[in-house]
Amino acid sequence: MVNATAMAALGLTLAGCTGSTASNRTTTVSFWGMGREGEVVQQLVPEFERQNPGVRVHVQQFPFSAAHEKLLTAFVGDATPDLAQLGNSWIAELAALGALEPLNPWVSHSEVIDSAGYFRGIWDTNLIGDTLFGVPWYVDTRVIFYRKDILANAGFSEMPSTWSGWERAMQAIQRQVGSGRYAIFLPTNEWAQPLILGLQVGSPLLRDGGRYGAFSDPTFERAFGFYLRLFRTGLAPPLGNNDIANAYQEFARGRFAMWITGPWNLGEFRRRLPPQLQKLWATAPLPGPSGDSSAVSLAGGSSLVLFRRSQQKPAAWRLVEFLSRPEQQLRVYQLTGDLPASTAAWRESALADSAQMHAFWVQLHRVKPLPKVPEVELIATKVYQYAEQVIRGGQRPEAALAELDRDVNRILEKRRWVLSRVSSGREVLVR
Amino acid sequence: MSRSSGGPETGAAWLFLAPALILIGVFFFLPVGASLLLSFTDFDIYTIAHWQNVRFLGLRNYIELAQNATFWLAVRNTFYFVLVGGPLTLGASLAAALLVNSRLVRFKPFFRAVYFAPFVTTLVAVAIVWRSLYHPEYGLINYGLGLLGVGPINWLGDPLFAMPAIILLAVWKNFGYNMLILIAGLQAIPEELYEAAYLDGAGAWRQFRHVTLPMLGPTLVFVGLITMIGFFQVFAEPYVMTQGGPLRSTTSMVLLMYEEGFRWWRMGNAAAIAFVLFGLILGGMLLQRRLQRERVP
Repeated sequence: MVNATAMAALGLTLAGCTGSTASNRTTTVSFWGMGREGEVVQQLVPEFERQNPGVRVHVQQFPFSAAHEKLLTAFVGDATPDLAQLGNSWIAELAALGALEPLNPWVSHSEVIDSAGYFRGIWDTNLIGDTLFGVPWYVDTRVIFYRKDILANAGFSEMPSTWSGWERAMQAIQRQVGSGRYAIFLPTNEWAQPLILGLQVGSPLLRDGGRYGAFSDPTFERAFGFYLRLFRTGLAPPLGNNDIANAYQEFARGRFAMWITGPWNLGEFRRRLPPQLQKLWATAPLPGPSGDSSAVSLAGGSSLVLFRRSQQKPAAWRLVEFLSRPEQQLRVYQLTGDLPASTAAWRESALADSAQMHAFWVQLHRVKPLPKVPEVELIATKVYQYAEQVIRGGQRPEAALAELDRDVNRILEKRRWVLSRVSSGREVLVR
Repeated sequence: MSRSSGGPETGAAWLFLAPALILIGVFFFLPVGASLLLSFTDFDIYTIAHWQNVRFLGLRNYIELAQNATFWLAVRNTFYFVLVGGPLTLGASLAAALLVNSRLVRFKPFFRAVYFAPFVTTLVAVAIVWRSLYHPEYGLINYGLGLLGVGPINWLGDPLFAMPAIILLAVWKNFGYNMLILIAGLQAIPEELYEAAYLDGAGAWRQFRHVTLPMLGPTLVFVGLITMIGFFQVFAEPYVMTQGGPLRSTTSMVLLMYEEGFRWWRMGNAAAIAFVLFGLILGGMLLQRRLQRERVP
């Protein structure tokens, strides 16, 4: 706790410094970046400063694990930056706080940014109602990484596109590889997989405008049943990420043949898998319960947001526009491997033509966001915890889902109360 | 000095005490009072957005905790850790202290430093090493057990073994500090007592039982108390090793409090957990004092 307070205090002092230097002629814009992207953006800044004389950019970088706490304490302490990189699952929360600047007017006057130049599902994650709170910077979704050789040995030349075909392929693989090896690795401590399957069958996950859980509805139950069956029939090992020391090593050894994971692993696979394996792995869009239109995945990634209390919005917006240009998006891709949000960047670079990237290109056209409520991450965590109770704890699926809904409804109780006050005329949600 | 209530001396005393009292008041009693108040509310991120989004709940946070299975699991895990890990740490540190303090041992400073080293090593670095020791397939511990004919154990992945694994790590990490205090206690025991006992015909065991232990009593009580308080607040070990898993089998009360407070920003809930933990530690201390008083009339 001491650390947390000290960190918050440090954050406030630093942010205080950047604010006060914005005097005389030069305008200083403060940018908060997270993780690797926060480092990389420093390399893009000189070009921006050259194109915009009189604007200086002060980049502050911090790890993702500290980002949430830092943003909230900065908001409380009135020390938010001018703009930041923000994971799009946090947009609902910061928008509910009233920390973010609505971007609709900015975009409608922009010559660089237009919603048509982005993947629709990704753009949608930045909308709360009709209000736009972020511009996609880089995108993220989940596809299947698989071993071509193992799949071929099982008699399948390519990844099937339906659940039933997928399950048959996994069963065929399982027969081939025998015990101790598995068709697919679905870490039991990740929420993405069960939630994606839920989105695929059309479950809204939450109902009544995010007031109640919809997990014990028959729709989600179907997805949950499919997910659990993969464990029950031995196609997936009942293991979490902590139980597997080095998933890359295990993938290389053929301990599992498929893995649902994200774009950051494109680079990791190239780096960490032995050379003889480099020709043997491939990526494929996720199969869906009933063909392509249902084969959706998660709309993830980071957006660029402006803060409502910023004094330098025009300059900050210029930086947003600069970072949204296809050539800058491609530079971020080259430096980090993050997939560009701008579709023009994909086309201009023929990125989508590369075999391993193509699956992402296809999948990104079929992505859905998680419910846009501030509690979404907590709820998502609950989903895997209850699934784990079934997989490893032997609970009955229906009972787990009923309990999950009860838990989720308890979590959303505050939200229901706040929303009821809003509808009764008291303006409280956004200041 | 005797009866000067209200006299100028009392005023002076208050004046001298004032800086300390103000500091304690502002930096201790005020935050504690504030978090007690917090525990009766539903302070969360909606409240940060707008201060009107807060409700006074009375005891509802506490009642909901009592109905929350995860919380009870955290309480159980915490007690498991304290009741098993505490005595083990005490035993290990006493044994190490006796060994290092023994006249037969050479290179005492070297061993003291070696045993103390885990305590001053960064836990995150230690965790990386221990995670590979515990690895179900390639870990050294399972390799050793394999030589004895014991099948591989999924130390950190099996809900049954995760807590013992964490306890083992915590004992190893913490016994050095207690050992140092106990060595100081051992060295304060006058040599004549041992000589007298020897002349009376007491062997090594009886010397230990009737000279060392009673003379070490106060030190042991202190070490026990400090260990108990520290172990009730277990957080870092499960946080870096298992994140509270698998199946929440290593989620301690402080870890749960951290998640509620700093991950999900549900401060009201987190404050309630903090006060339950405070109550438990206070209860533990009172119990220990009671036992101590009964033993030493």
